[in-house]
Amino acid sequence: MLLEVRDLHVEFKTRDGVAKAVNGVDYSVDEGETLAVLGESGSGKSVTAQAVMGILDSPPGRIAGGEILFKGEDLLKMKEERRRKIRGAEMAMIFQDALSSLNPVLSVGAQLGEMYEVHRGMSRKDSRAKAVELMDRVKIPAAKERVGDYPHQFSGGMRQRIMIAMALALEPSLIIADEPTTALDVTVQAQVMDLLAELQRELNMGLILITHDLGVVADVADKIAVMYAGRIVEAAPVHEIYRAPAHPYTRGLLDSIPRLDQKGQELYAIKGLPPNLLAIPPGCAFNPRCPMARAVCRTDVPPLAPVSEERTSACFFWKECLHG
Amino acid sequence: MAESLLEVKDLVKHYPLTQGVVLRKLIGSVKAVDGVSFSLKAGETLGIVGESGCGKSTVAKMLVNLERPTSGVISYKGEDITKLSGRALKAVRRNIQMVFQDPYTSLNPRMTVGDIIGEPYEIHPEVAPRGDRRRKVQDLLDVVGLNPEYINRYPHQFSGGQRQRIGIARGLALRPEIIVADEPVSALDVSVQAQVINLLEKLQDEFDLSYVFIAHDLSIVRHISDRVGVMYLGRIVETGTDTQIYEHPTHPYTQALLSAVPVPDPGARAHRERIILSGDVPSPANPPSGCRFRTRCWKAESRCASEVPLLAVPAVFPTGPAAHPSACHFAAEKQVVPPPPEDSGR
Repeated sequence: MLLEVRDLHVEFKTRDGVAKAVNGVDYSVDEGETLAVLGESGSGKSVTAQAVMGILDSPPGRIAGGEILFKGEDLLKMKEERRRKIRGAEMAMIFQDALSSLNPVLSVGAQLGEMYEVHRGMSRKDSRAKAVELMDRVKIPAAKERVGDYPHQFSGGMRQRIMIAMALALEPSLIIADEPTTALDVTVQAQVMDLLAELQRELNMGLILITHDLGVVADVADKIAVMYAGRIVEAAPVHEIYRAPAHPYTRGLLDSIPRLDQKGQELYAIKGLPPNLLAIPPGCAFNPRCPMARAVCRTDVPPLAPVSEERTSACFFWKECLHG
Repeated sequence: MAESLLEVKDLVKHYPLTQGVVLRKLIGSVKAVDGVSFSLKAGETLGIVGESGCGKSTVAKMLVNLERPTSGVISYKGEDITKLSGRALKAVRRNIQMVFQDPYTSLNPRMTVGDIIGEPYEIHPEVAPRGDRRRKVQDLLDVVGLNPEYINRYPHQFSGGQRQRIGIARGLALRPEIIVADEPVSALDVSVQAQVINLLEKLQDEFDLSYVFIAHDLSIVRHISDRVGVMYLGRIVETGTDTQIYEHPTHPYTQALLSAVPVPDPGARAHRERIILSGDVPSPANPPSGCRFRTRCWKAESRCASEVPLLAVPAVFPTGPAAHPSACHFAAEKQVVPPPPEDSGR
């Protein structure tokens, strides 16, 4: 297994108390595989990724427990020096907002080339040539002429390509993409997702795609982990989850999106609001919003239990959900 | 046919581009909206879709008179509101209200919810006498699904979805006939989006509202709209009923836009034909000659560069579902949205 996250806990100290952002997350990705982590804001999907990358803001953030195994080695027990070598070279991240993730006062060529200078000890001239090569690879037209341009001179889609190029520079085995296309228009989003999927196939990388968009997930993912209030509530191969969700939250999400191919009636809406992480409800965190909740849901935390060989669900009544 | 409530004709908004500080020289203009026409009937929802920079938000601002058009006519019940000022304008504005995209920046953080929703009454005191306002505001809170006791709270005490409800309550305060909603749900989480859309539909029935619903999310627009206009670079390229646009699109841009929308159905992955457009939207300061879409269009020929295609029903489709206005010289039908799945077992 390329990456295995086991029972990860992350908390943030705030003025009002401890916010439990991640409460025991397990997931794994293999080479050439795409895992989509789906969740709303505050579900802990990005914080988990930041912990894997080792870029968690700490303080106030703190990893309160768990293991992150990368090629069998626990990243959390590793010396920072070794971790820094892995970060960027072995695993890389693509962020949502390319404009604020790129340095506005350095040309894109310099930023791409820096990867080779720092990690590979290349000369400025050689690294610049590599930068052009990378820009070609992510299909930026006229790469040679544009290598000296600054981030603001590129369009949103082109900037996201530069982010992808930067992540790919050292041919990592794992890429984490945090809402890579959310800021882009649909036609550009399709271009960028296609590029990402193509490069992943070519390089046989593991990809963790963090998103809130059920449509994007259906288009590219192999398997899905749905997060709610810092826990995975359902994990399954992509086909199964869309056909028959085994958790009421997943079902609610699928039912609440309007569809392009149907002019539905009233939309199903999950009632209420996502929980406050400072005061997660006892029992199942979803119980105040759940149409199926019973007494046991308010007292006991449902474990993430197997539904079938490849599926798990953290609902006591997954059977009802699956068949109802 | 029902009387049009709002009739927009050849609406144009050009923003001047200047150079120099002292002697500001005009060096060109950004053609944000360049000849847009549509109509809105009573009780109807008109959806306007397009990518960023296509001018959809500028159209919205002109409809509520936050921007003055460079030229063109916006007639509300037969009266051109772009020419109005003073008292007459104020009266018209009462009937056309707006709901903004970002519920975090469109509410004043220093005002209580009661003051925010009641502020329209300061400007239009004839709608609610002073003593009656508090009760009216509480009624409005109730109508949009918020607890009327929250009247003294501040915006930061609410979540994004609740704030958008406050914005909607403010839009409703003057009992307008038309609400212009500019991306009202795009800043919200998926589970909350559905709540707000359902609320908008409920209010439409209850208060007999007409909506101009502007969004980039094609699925949401289909869900809520009776008619849809697709915009590209300052112009409407295709318009029709939701079925005409989504199931029988004839403009290549509409087809590309629809095919690019990710469909939440992994089974559709294999047999969906995707049209991936090359390149980006050109700058509205220097739009392509002729058809503005031609630089990204796979059908473009020399005629497209010289001749501006008119928004009209294509001659090749005199009848049938494809017979709706489409601004393309080579309009042709193409099904890009897969037909609804057979098993709706879920």
